Amino acid sequence: MATVRLSFSPAPVHVRTARLVGVAVARRAGVREDLLDEVRLAIGEACTRAVALHRQYGLTDPVLVEMSDSGAYAVRVVDRAPIEAGIGLAALDADQLANESLNEDDLTTGVGFALLAGFVEDLQVRPVDDGVGTEVRMVWPVDR
Amino acid sequence: MELSLATRTVGEHTVLEVGGEVDVYTAPRLRERLLELIDAGARHVVVDLGRVDFLDSTGLGVLVGALKRLRTADGTFALVCDKEPLLKIFRITALDQVFPLHPSVEAATGTGK
Repeated sequence: MATVRLSFSPAPVHVRTARLVGVAVARRAGVREDLLDEVRLAIGEACTRAVALHRQYGLTDPVLVEMSDSGAYAVRVVDRAPIEAGIGLAALDADQLANESLNEDDLTTGVGFALLAGFVEDLQVRPVDDGVGTEVRMVWPVDR
Repeated sequence: MELSLATRTVGEHTVLEVGGEVDVYTAPRLRERLLELIDAGARHVVVDLGRVDFLDSTGLGVLVGALKRLRTADGTFALVCDKEPLLKIFRITALDQVFPLHPSVEAATGTGK
C-alpha cells in the first residue's frame, strides 16, 4: 500500500515538486542521508522521462508518482505513453555522446537513462499492469 | 532554488556563472543564454557550475549542445566543477570524457597557477 501518491499534469514545472516530495518522504522513511541526492536525481529523471513521453504523444493524462515505505523505500513513476516508446532505453558511450549527428532530445534520453541505471541499484522499467504505459520502479534500503 | 545566470569576461573567455537548479523546467533558459552568447560572438566559453545544486539530464543535454555548437565554430567550451556529487554525474554518464572539466575558473581560463 502506497503511503504517498502524487499525480501531476505533464508539465516540466511540476517535476521539481515531485523531487521535493520524493526526498521528503524518503527522509521520513529512513533512507540514509547520503543517498538523498541520488533519490532526488533519480525521481527527477523518471518524472522528466514521463513528462517528455506524455508531451511527445500529446497526452494530457497525469503522471503518477507513488511512494511506499513498507520495508524499503519504493517509488513508482507511471506514464501512459505507448509501451514501445517507453522501453528500449539505451545508455550512450562517450563517442556517441560527442557525435555531431545525435540530437539533444536523444542525448538527454540516453543520459537520463544512464543516470537512473547508475544511481539506482534496484531499478525496473516495465509495462504497467493495467492499460497503456510504463512504470519506472526504484527501491532504496532504509535504516530503521 | 531558482536558476541564476551571470556572465563575465576573463581574457578571451566568456564565463557564464550558473547557480541553483538546472532541470527540465529551467534548462531552456540556460540554452537560450548560451545561444545568445555564441550568437553574439563568444568563442571561448566557460560555464562555472560552482553554485549549481542540482543538474539533470536536460541540463547536461544543453551543455553538450553548446559544446558541439562551439566546436563547429572553431571555439572552445569548458566546465568548472569541483563538487563531488556533480562530478559523479559526469562520470556515470561518461560525459567526463566529453567535457574539459576544471576545478576553478582560473584553471579553465589559464589565468591561475
